[in-house]
Amino acid sequence: MIEMNTIYKSLVEIVDEEYVSNRKEDLYIYSQDPGMMEPHEPEYVVMPRTTEEVEKIAKLANDKKIPIVPVGGSLSLSGLVIPHHGGIVVDLKRMDQVLEVNEKSRYVIIEAGVTTGKLKAYLEKNHPDLRFSIPDAPPSATVVGNIVIHGQGRLTQQYGFNSDMVTGLEVVLPTGEVCKIGSGSVSPYWFSLAPLPDLAGLFLGWFGTTGIITKLGLKLYPKKKIRDIEVFVVEDPNLVPDVINRVTHTEMAEDIFIGAQPYPPVFKDIIMIGMLLTGDSEDEIEFKRKMIWDALRIHIDSKEGGFMMMTPSIKQDLLEMPTSSTTRFADVMKGGGFEYCGPIIPVEKFPEAFQKLLEITTKYGITYGNACRIIGRSHCMMFSFGYPFNRADPENVERTKSALHDTNVASLDIGGVPWKPEVPAQKMIMEKMDKNTLELMNRIKKVLDPNGIMNPGNWEVE
Amino acid sequence: MMFEYADQIHRCFRCGFCKFPSDFTDLNCPSYNRFRFESFSTGGRLWLIWAWLKGEIEWSNHLAKVVFSCTTCKNCVEQCPMKFSEDIIDWIVGTRMDMVEKSLVPTQISEFLDNIYKYGNPWGLPRNERDSWAEGINRYTSGDEYLFYVGCAGSYETQGQRMAKAFADFLKSTGKSFGILGSEEDCDGNEVFYVGEKGLFQELVKKNIDKFNELDVKKIVTLSPHAYNSMKNKYLGLGEIEVVHYTQLLLEMIQKGEIQLKELNAKVTYHDPCFLGRYNEIYDIPREILKNIPGIELIEMERNRQNSFCCGGGSGNFVFDLLGRSEDSPSRIRVREAHGTGAEILIITCPSCYCMLDEAIKTEKLEGILTLKDISELVKESLEKI
Ligand SMILES: Cc1cc2nc3c(=O)[nH]c(=O)nc-3n(C[C@H](O)[C@H](O)[C@H](O)COP(=O)(O)OP(=O)(O)OC[C@H]3O[C@@H](n4cnc5c(N)ncnc54)[C@H](O)[C@@H]3O)c2cc1C
Ligand code: SF4
Ligand code: SF4
Repeated sequence: MIEMNTIYKSLVEIVDEEYVSNRKEDLYIYSQDPGMMEPHEPEYVVMPRTTEEVEKIAKLANDKKIPIVPVGGSLSLSGLVIPHHGGIVVDLKRMDQVLEVNEKSRYVIIEAGVTTGKLKAYLEKNHPDLRFSIPDAPPSATVVGNIVIHGQGRLTQQYGFNSDMVTGLEVVLPTGEVCKIGSGSVSPYWFSLAPLPDLAGLFLGWFGTTGIITKLGLKLYPKKKIRDIEVFVVEDPNLVPDVINRVTHTEMAEDIFIGAQPYPPVFKDIIMIGMLLTGDSEDEIEFKRKMIWDALRIHIDSKEGGFMMMTPSIKQDLLEMPTSSTTRFADVMKGGGFEYCGPIIPVEKFPEAFQKLLEITTKYGITYGNACRIIGRSHCMMFSFGYPFNRADPENVERTKSALHDTNVASLDIGGVPWKPEVPAQKMIMEKMDKNTLELMNRIKKVLDPNGIMNPGNWEVE
Repeated sequence: MMFEYADQIHRCFRCGFCKFPSDFTDLNCPSYNRFRFESFSTGGRLWLIWAWLKGEIEWSNHLAKVVFSCTTCKNCVEQCPMKFSEDIIDWIVGTRMDMVEKSLVPTQISEFLDNIYKYGNPWGLPRNERDSWAEGINRYTSGDEYLFYVGCAGSYETQGQRMAKAFADFLKSTGKSFGILGSEEDCDGNEVFYVGEKGLFQELVKKNIDKFNELDVKKIVTLSPHAYNSMKNKYLGLGEIEVVHYTQLLLEMIQKGEIQLKELNAKVTYHDPCFLGRYNEIYDIPREILKNIPGIELIEMERNRQNSFCCGGGSGNFVFDLLGRSEDSPSRIRVREAHGTGAEILIITCPSCYCMLDEAIKTEKLEGILTLKDISELVKESLEKI
């Protein structure tokens, strides 16, 4: 108790009383995310404003050997921000400043708590010719949280995972030192990670187990004046890899996503492949549209697929960034929840994954929403097995959890890797992982975090 | 009561769309903006309510603070993408009703309600001081065209009194027949409703309607958007009595040519009060009034109309101010935003906003730089211009 009081007092000294809590209500809220993982309460929640404050929190935690869990928007849905071993939750959303935009070298430097919504609004207002690869997560998700989990966004088909767009980091190590990574460690300009050894990899995909990112340099891209969308529809999942291959060959689409769902009935048994077209003139859009139509002519002529007519409201829904329709999926069962396992898979595995989706949902008697995004020029894809659930119905929650378990197994079976995996799925991955790779991961963690205080429970080898 | 919503409230996904205005420029839930713990966001609040209903957490003063610091500004209703969005305020108010019924409310709030019950105003001030501002203004008598319903903030708060006086003087100058209820006026009950004291609200509604009927009132013009909201939308049994907000009457008179506005050169910005804007969709009327004053340049704040940022005073907070005492208090954020437009005058149309923002201008040391004016004060100035 005395120790807890000293920790509380130390935190108050670091960030001010207003931004530290050990109140039951706050601990309750930070014990869970909107997904399905079991909650676990922290002992404290703290909201730093500066890197110096994060540094002091890390030093305190390391000194006292208390866990720290960095938290952004808590929207990964897979319990990655649940403090499985208690400790201090560090909500970073007060660090919300856009620090610099370099228009000519097209990058931005932001603090860790900047949300995707805020960055979008900031660029639209101040740099209307620039954009970033916004994910379709709710706007309260943080950009840093998104890159930490190797997220994907609206420019992912052109430029890869959002984490491939990192140009620099500022990180507070578990032992409290502050490091800059990338060109920013040598120069005032945060333009790229290369040509230095790529240390960013020590923090991306690690779920906050190796340090707390306090600043991020991120690539920006030209923002075209006009956006439009085409949706190609097929019934046979086996055709999807070919359609994707043909469209990506044209290099005309900005973003390519795939969607399938059994409700409403008009969507049953069809697979929709959405292709975002952008351009600075109608001519440019028309040219791109024609190239894509020509590429898919073969499937149109064989009557195996065709372009979908869209009402203006459907079109508007699909063009919205971030789209709110993905979020609305949580209300499908009037149950306030959905969880998705979104393994990254080779594109040719789409039919197999689709088949697994149908099998699992039939087995458990649950519905689904399938939303995939092509990553790179068809280098791989995120295949989402999305399951809405009713958080007020424990039986339904249990059933959906079992479906999620089977999905993780199936994803690994078909040669994919679960994305933003929950702790149980992390364990499945590690079991399958090359032993030397696992040992390397372990060694890195031990060097960076000798006391094992960072988001414990994640990427943890027993 | 809460139990009507108990089987719905879990539908909130805690996605956080409701933290923002529609373009995501800034945080737009005043209580989340003030405290920044997830517990004070709409989603956090709804999850805590559900936890309380399920018995996972117990009532505490802090839980009550979370529940009562929502200003019922309706930003979340506007932004939540779910089908249930229209019910969010009912869920929060339903919880408050439950807490009030079980006497589980913090002292400030029980005092607030007690004072209204005993004295007809939330500060517990004597009833006979209700018209201390109203020298020369007649009591309403049957046959007057309008009952000018002043409300608590207009009757007792210095800033509100300024507004009430400006509008009453203006009405007088136009020759309209009107009167006030003076010490016989009672609280309109809007805040009582949103704070969750349903019984007291119903009692006030009954008292007020009886009084209006006794005096054969046909038309009511309210100073406060809060009173306008409750009378327009919540007073069952008001019958044929027409209720307008004073801005509606102002614009009507301008448009009918009953008043001639003269040039006033000033850059102004306008703050949409929640109970006029999001609750009653009155966005254009105040702007039309401003447009009709020659020389007035309206510079909009980034967050306006449906996206307006609440001053922090809703649901009784203009009295007990659970969001106060910080540079992140909504009223202080709002006056900084107003100042940022380059405007020299911040126009308001609500006495509660007037009180909240006036204090904030002082705290932000913007006195003499940003002047707060009620729209009828501006109209009056324009009329008096030689
Ligand atoms: C409706 C919906 C749609 C979605 N669509 C997409 C999509 O299109 N693309 C996509 O990529 N994702 C999507 N997601 C998943 C997820 O919401 C996003 O990736 C989101 O950006 C994650 O950010 P966050 O701030 O919520 O991260 P959090 O969940 O808060 O954190 C994620 C992980 O990062 C760690 N972390 C957070 N901040 C830091 C830091 N500063 N330093 C170190 N570690 C940190 C946390 O500990 C945690 O392990 C979607 C989610 C939902 C609910
Ligand atoms: S109220 Fe609506 S917008 Fe807000 S968190 Fe809940 S579901 Fe999301
Ligand atoms: S009504 Fe306003 S203060 Fe209350 S939860 Fe909604 S946005 Fe926040």
